[in-house]
Amino acid sequence: MSGTFVGMPAFPEAAREAVHDATLRGNLRHATHTIRAKRAKAVAEVSDWATLREAGKRIKDHTLRRLDRYLEQLEESVTAAGGTVHWAADADEANRIVADLVKATGESEVVKVKSMATQEIGLNEALEAEGIRAYETDLAELIVQLGRDRPSHILVPAIHRNRGEIRDIFRREMGEWGRPAPDRLTDTPAELTEAARLHLREKFLRAKVGISGANFMVAETGTLVVVESEGNGRMCLTLPETLISVVGIEKIVPTWRDLEVFLQTLPRSSTAERMNPYTSMWTGTTDGDGPRAFHLVLLDNGRTDTLADEVGRQALRCIRCSACLNVCPVYERAGGHAYGSVYPGPIGAILSPQLRGTGSEIDASLPYASSLCGACYEVCPVAIDIPEVLVHLRERVVEGGQVTSRGDKVVLKPAKGHAAERAAMRAARWAFSRPAALRTGQRLASRTRRLHPRTLPGPGRAWSGTRDLPQVPAEPFRDWWLRTNGGKDGAK
Amino acid sequence: MSARERILGRVRRALADVPPGEDAPVERDYLRQHGKRTVEETVDLLAENLADYRAIVHRADAEELPDLIMRLLAQRGPQYVLVPPGLPPEWLSAADPTRVHDREISTARELDKVESVVTGCAVAIAETGTIVLDGSPDQGRRRITLVPDHHICVVRVPEQVVSSVPQALERLDPARPLTWISGPSATSDIELDRVEGVHGPRTLEVVLLG
Repeated sequence: MSGTFVGMPAFPEAAREAVHDATLRGNLRHATHTIRAKRAKAVAEVSDWATLREAGKRIKDHTLRRLDRYLEQLEESVTAAGGTVHWAADADEANRIVADLVKATGESEVVKVKSMATQEIGLNEALEAEGIRAYETDLAELIVQLGRDRPSHILVPAIHRNRGEIRDIFRREMGEWGRPAPDRLTDTPAELTEAARLHLREKFLRAKVGISGANFMVAETGTLVVVESEGNGRMCLTLPETLISVVGIEKIVPTWRDLEVFLQTLPRSSTAERMNPYTSMWTGTTDGDGPRAFHLVLLDNGRTDTLADEVGRQALRCIRCSACLNVCPVYERAGGHAYGSVYPGPIGAILSPQLRGTGSEIDASLPYASSLCGACYEVCPVAIDIPEVLVHLRERVVEGGQVTSRGDKVVLKPAKGHAAERAAMRAARWAFSRPAALRTGQRLASRTRRLHPRTLPGPGRAWSGTRDLPQVPAEPFRDWWLRTNGGKDGAK
Repeated sequence: MSARERILGRVRRALADVPPGEDAPVERDYLRQHGKRTVEETVDLLAENLADYRAIVHRADAEELPDLIMRLLAQRGPQYVLVPPGLPPEWLSAADPTRVHDREISTARELDKVESVVTGCAVAIAETGTIVLDGSPDQGRRRITLVPDHHICVVRVPEQVVSSVPQALERLDPARPLTWISGPSATSDIELDRVEGVHGPRTLEVVLLG
């Protein structure tokens, strides 16, 4: 499987392939159900969960509505603490900055902590093109990298692989990248983990440059926070001489105190733990402890465009916990690859089309990759109303209209392939604003109900291929209301 | 125009709908801690939650501590034990292994040869079973509690124990490099089976001193 998302087919096509893969569905079902049950238990331990969730939402909204001010404050505090701040408007700019920083150290390899932002901009590939090898050090990311695969989950990127597949990948590929897998490696998670430990330790011990993302950045103090479990994060953040962190501009919280909310909600929502094993916090550089040089690359790459959408901007509250993936019936069956983005699942379905625009076929299809059941909203620790944004984006895809793209206001044309839907909506609008026509139509529909087909012909066939057509009642509601005086006459 | 100006300009244009005077403070009506507990109950909860995430918990008073640390080190049979510069010398007064003093010039490879490390801590959080290190002289640099495979951390009870995450943040100084540790290193990346010990210490022993 290629490492890129470019040219991905639209969601329905990609998903169709995935749902026929029995191994994939088995792996996914096991994983999502396990973590879903654990998460519910971890959340139930905290009696003020609803209040914490609301506070998290309010802090993030407050920050987003004053983002310019907090970005400037953050820059000032990071600089004062000995760090250097860089700004990147898009992926190319960010990759260029990072490649130049690495080259300036004279190094040709870097160790990386798992980071959504660097995946989003395709940093590894960009560095490769400059002759710099980037080693992923999170176990799941290592599995993905060695397997020349793509991540399929925000938290556990190799969720689509079972232990047997992982053993095969380790045996086949580890030698290519460094220390080979031990002879007679079995498929027990303990042995596989040990193999990864040995393979990666030699990289940690010689690395001069580390690259990370961050879960939070505190504007008031300039502190960055990375939340992890394995210790590979701590290795990358403290052993190298130079640390480069690439972070989306929406990851800011205003004050030190704000962390008290997210450090309670994030671990419970993501790994279903009271607290993840390791959290690192650093503020600029510290004499004698950790990297001597710290660079922070602040990444826009579509975030300001998302911010310009008054309904869609709430997606920027996301703290990447992945709870929404684990409860989503569509994700559970289709898997993460079908979403064609580093952000899969419900959050990906609203984030990717906003960050990248709805120009491509895959991005135009993503707002439809949902049953709108609302489970994602229920579990979201910052209360992102994902169904609301999905519906909003569907309207944008179908109707077009004004959007912001790379900072400029542009008028979007309606997407191709939605002509029938648009025509149906236009017809509905016409009928609903003409009561007489609506009544006539409804009566006609009732009288001909036995003649209605079970599936739609023409362009509607795809829609009715996966759904039953609603049955038309024998009598329109409005007629029933008139006949029975709103039910008061007791007649049926 | 620089990327900085471009991004800040985009942010300001994107927020044209936000009223200029808007600045409501965020209400914090969530709990400062969950439930009421006596000091002893708080320490018990810390012990319980540490153990739940596979840390090994011991209790000792000042007199018992040197012997306990000696036993814990002897069980592993290490040749060397790493010591941060400001560790109270009496903690290791009964221990046999050769002490390696962490120096700034010691490389990660040198640290990799050391089996065990003994440190103090800045604060411990009962509700989450977390110990926090802040690089003070009795805790040392971040790498010394990372590279060796065995970490013994001494928590002074009750003075270093708080109930909750909000109470811990109040006590910590963001200007210091902070490491929050909840149990030993772990991964659930393979079929969500939890395995202890990936890159950080595989064994975390916490001594509640007091």
